[in-house]
Amino acid sequence: MAVLRPFNKLPELNSAVLLLVGSEGDFPQKLAETILQEKRDFTVNIHIATSLPLPSERDHLRPRIDMIVFMIDIKNKHSLKNVEDSLAHVDARFFLGKVCFLVTGVGRVNCCSVDMNAVWKLGENYCSPVLFCELELEGTRVSTAQRLLRMLQICAGYVPGVSALYFNTLMTSFS
Amino acid sequence: MESAADGTGQSRPSTGRPSWGLPFGRAHGRSALSPSSRLFPAPRRTQEDTQRTAFLLRKQWALYSVTPMYRFSEAHLRDYSRLLSAFFAAEKKKGLAVEIGGELDIKVSVTSLPDLKGSDRDQAAILVQLSSRSSASPKNSEEKVVWSGWFCCVAGDELSENLPEAFTCLPLFLVNGADSYTAIVGTWFQKTFDCCFRRLSLSPFNLSWMAAMWTGCKVDKPAPATELVFSVPHLPHPLHISYAINLEDAQALWDTIQKTPGEITQKEVDVFMDCLYSHFYRHFKIHLSATKLVKVSTAVATAHCDGIIKFRQSQYLTGVLMLLTELAICQIQ
Repeated sequence: MAVLRPFNKLPELNSAVLLLVGSEGDFPQKLAETILQEKRDFTVNIHIATSLPLPSERDHLRPRIDMIVFMIDIKNKHSLKNVEDSLAHVDARFFLGKVCFLVTGVGRVNCCSVDMNAVWKLGENYCSPVLFCELELEGTRVSTAQRLLRMLQICAGYVPGVSALYFNTLMTSFS
Repeated sequence: MESAADGTGQSRPSTGRPSWGLPFGRAHGRSALSPSSRLFPAPRRTQEDTQRTAFLLRKQWALYSVTPMYRFSEAHLRDYSRLLSAFFAAEKKKGLAVEIGGELDIKVSVTSLPDLKGSDRDQAAILVQLSSRSSASPKNSEEKVVWSGWFCCVAGDELSENLPEAFTCLPLFLVNGADSYTAIVGTWFQKTFDCCFRRLSLSPFNLSWMAAMWTGCKVDKPAPATELVFSVPHLPHPLHISYAINLEDAQALWDTIQKTPGEITQKEVDVFMDCLYSHFYRHFKIHLSATKLVKVSTAVATAHCDGIIKFRQSQYLTGVLMLLTELAICQIQ
């Protein structure tokens, strides 16, 4: 099985690549569109996958991935399982700040199917921040998109003086 | 009552627009969300207990959570029934609580149900009943109960311990009857005791707890199969999947999973549900874990995600109420 590595390819000039991993409906698509509508001064490439590993046959065409966002829908217990299984195909160096968990659907707590303790634990075990959002609402989708874009900018190294690891340490110690 | 009175369903996020908040903030404490283990409901065997609470069985009860009531006293129950009757008469004159088919004389009774308690520290349950007698023949016709609701608290120590003096903790309210009556009774209680009613819906996560917990309960009589109903999201037409498991099979599975008797953990619940899901996937190639669990029906009780419950076994009544009290407290906190 192909393991996704953060540093085995050269970066492209002034561009950043985001990988969204999520299996729930058209939400990854919608979030990607919202991110692309945001104003920014570098090129953003977004790849969407329902699960990892990525197919190996087109691997030589794929650019270097700067950040991975794992999407977990609280209404869908399968999405948590899917993310847990996908994490096995990610190189350990990604967890030095280049991974984040995005928990969606938190506006409908009454429909919650997953154990929230398990989600917190996932974030702790993989040393990665856990973000909460409701993608059905326009406003929070936009703010989530801005947040992810800013994190992507840091992960790709476009913010002088702030590295992904530094930012991650900051995020996980305050959340 | 919010949802009954204005009809917009604001208090039911499952049907309305999603709300935005920070329900999972760490300030709440993670243990408040869902405990990693719960006590198993212990059966009650006393004959008297079961007889006095038998009228609560086999009826559909809608669940509400109630914030602590200010200056509620068990000594004044008779006064409360008088005041509530008067309130009903007043509301009726305004043309609200009128049923089609003639004038009805509504009588209210507020009584105590001392059997429904988890421990001595719990407040005794309060039963509110509305009975009607058709005014055409007041003498010879029997009084008929048209609406009943009861407040209860089973093992609600967590909340009642931290309450100021004048407050009474009865966080769970169960209703059987017309919504118009519920609205009036709710309004009266909210005005008189400065409390707030809210529909208590059950999340699929909590329903899976119930499925596992109640499957493990031993029942004497031959019982119907355990049934789980799932609804499939993201489809143009609503699709429901019903999954029935023979009680013996479900219990045999549960017995292989459960380790410590008398206690049930999150891990055990997960394993139990995952076993059922993977069995279903093997046969039908459908991931039930990607759908929404909407209804759980077991020999002990039946629960629906909209917040409707039906009790089937009086010996496990307090056990079921204990879990519901916990969920109601979780909602009002």
